[in-house]
Amino acid sequence: MNGDILLSVDHLTMRFGGIVAVNDLSLAAKRREITALIGPNGAGKTTVFNCITGFYRPTSGTIRMPQDGGAEIKLERLNDFRIAKRAKVARTFQNIRLFPGMTALENLIVAQHNMLMRASGLTFLGLIGAPSWRSAEQRAIDLAKLWLDRIGLLDRADDAAGNLPYGDQRRLEIARAMCTEPVLLCLDEPAAGLNARESAGLNELLLSIRSDYGTSILLIEHDMSVVMEISDHVVVMDYGVKIAEGTPREVRDDPRVIAAYLGADEQEAIAVMESDA
Amino acid sequence: MTTKPTPESRAPGVVFILKKALISAFVALVLFSLMIGIRTEAGPTGQLIYWTRFGELASLVAIVFGGSIVVELLRQWWGLADKVRVVPPAVQAGLSVAGRLVAPALLIFALLVPVIFYHQRYLLDLGILVLTYVMLGWGLNVVVGLAGLLDLGYVAFYAVGAYSFALLSTNFGLSFWICLPLAGILAACWGVMLGFPVLRLRGDYLAIVTLAFGEIIRLVIINWQSLTGGPNGVSGIPKPTLFGIPLTPGDDGLAARLGIPFSPTHRIVFLFYLILALALLTNWVTIRLRRLPIGRAWEALREDEVACRALGINTTTTKLTAFATGAMFGGFAGAFFATRQGFISPESFTFQESALVLAIVVLGGMGSQLGVALAALTMIGGFELFRGLEQYRMLVFGIAMVLLMIWRPRGLIGHRAPTIFLKQSQAISSDLVKEGHG
Repeated sequence: MNGDILLSVDHLTMRFGGIVAVNDLSLAAKRREITALIGPNGAGKTTVFNCITGFYRPTSGTIRMPQDGGAEIKLERLNDFRIAKRAKVARTFQNIRLFPGMTALENLIVAQHNMLMRASGLTFLGLIGAPSWRSAEQRAIDLAKLWLDRIGLLDRADDAAGNLPYGDQRRLEIARAMCTEPVLLCLDEPAAGLNARESAGLNELLLSIRSDYGTSILLIEHDMSVVMEISDHVVVMDYGVKIAEGTPREVRDDPRVIAAYLGADEQEAIAVMESDA
Repeated sequence: MTTKPTPESRAPGVVFILKKALISAFVALVLFSLMIGIRTEAGPTGQLIYWTRFGELASLVAIVFGGSIVVELLRQWWGLADKVRVVPPAVQAGLSVAGRLVAPALLIFALLVPVIFYHQRYLLDLGILVLTYVMLGWGLNVVVGLAGLLDLGYVAFYAVGAYSFALLSTNFGLSFWICLPLAGILAACWGVMLGFPVLRLRGDYLAIVTLAFGEIIRLVIINWQSLTGGPNGVSGIPKPTLFGIPLTPGDDGLAARLGIPFSPTHRIVFLFYLILALALLTNWVTIRLRRLPIGRAWEALREDEVACRALGINTTTTKLTAFATGAMFGGFAGAFFATRQGFISPESFTFQESALVLAIVVLGGMGSQLGVALAALTMIGGFELFRGLEQYRMLVFGIAMVLLMIWRPRGLIGHRAPTIFLKQSQAISSDLVKEGHG
């Protein structure tokens, strides 16, 4: 089943001076699957994300994305923006990073920068208002409208992103990442700060992204109601190493996972996880 | 508890105001008691002579006390940015209509200036000066206002443009219209050259390096005597022609061809319209660019660089194009400056010019085209207006700027207009728009 692998991280190590944030971690994300990366605070989850999306250059190890036709993209050698551009990996951030002074619509248009840049003939065709540019811009607006509609923000398209409520900002950030038309969507704690109803809505959104676009999702999450409900595969980290992986059910019953979270019984561990979120 | 804008809290506000005024007066007393209260001088035999000026000291402290009360009252009545304004909605609606008319009105006025003030050479020259700074402000606005890259060395590109034109035209006899794009391209190249080393720098560090870059260009111009003439500058720069027709009293001049009597004002009017056209070109291109992916990427870069990279935007080329575009307009303005003056020297390209242009951009409201134009008009025109005040000119000017920054901390026009909208374009409050961190 090797052909199903979208992203394979092998023996990834990331050191910051003397601190080993991630130690010899291997994980794989399959196509059309939601892979969750969980672990206690400080386990190194966000560091793994930063390595995959190119914000950190790993100390050692490989991050590969097999392509059609046998070639593969070596993510560990690419710059951050090239990973988003060439490997089509999009990400969101733990602390929301929208463009607060731009409208919701503008945020989604900026996400389509590379497509629009080509369509505008590196600005020159756009400057003279060539018809090809106009139609490309219209397509970009249509895509943005589609996503605004999906996340229920079409009415607030012209509002500044910084003025939107917190939950809307989270969804807008996911929509913005989806506007880059990624094959892999990396979400860093998308449910953080959401109430129960909002995180149920988030589950629906993520499941629909996978079913409608076939986008694979890699997810860091503390909210177990999200992780257990939607993920196909869960990887558990603690102190920079992988301590368990498997289906949500397998992971939940794994004594090592429970020990990592509390060293106590399962109910208590989950309660702590939820209070973390 | 004391500064709430509600009417009920006015009464305790009096105590607060008096307290604040007393503190200000006390600080003034401490400061001025030595600076003004005692005057020292060296006597004829070198001994120390001093005498006291308590009268002046008392009056200054009283002015500070009174001024503090007035400022505080004004703050309470007009309100700061975060307070509720007591302007009725009808007036606000009227103001917004007036606000929309400001730009067209200014444009029409600018077009008519040479007609209205045809016989006032001084005003025409002032108009040309103001427009030059409007253009420089608009050019720098791309770098500072849109891309959020603090550039303290903008005058370098102005200098590159001016010297490019001066040297190309005096050495190779190229005409203004050929040199103008060349000057812009050369300045843009220098913009990219500045851009490369500063790509990794942010904020204060970026500001320092750009400041140094401006000085380097000036020092190179001073010291590379064989090329630039050093401190002597370049003279004999040809005047611009109307597509080959010179504006001279000769037989082939424009006046002779049109059959009208020659007047030196023709050239001034021509220069006025030339810089107006160049400035409007800058404005048009900037407005267009804002609605193109590159312009949106500049603004996104100002808002959040990390998010830009996560979206696959190449921040390197985005920054470099911002520097290059801003520099190109600076180069155009420099070429115009050279042809207008007929003589350029390094003295025209000091740090003061960079600071002035940056002040125009900041005062106008970063990113706002109209704001920058208004600020240039206020700064350059206002500076001339205060000429009658002689040595107090700088003082009045400084106070005016401080007051403006108290009431409009994000510039004359602080809000941001969206580049695209579905239903209705809503101005985005300056509280949300980031200044950029370099």
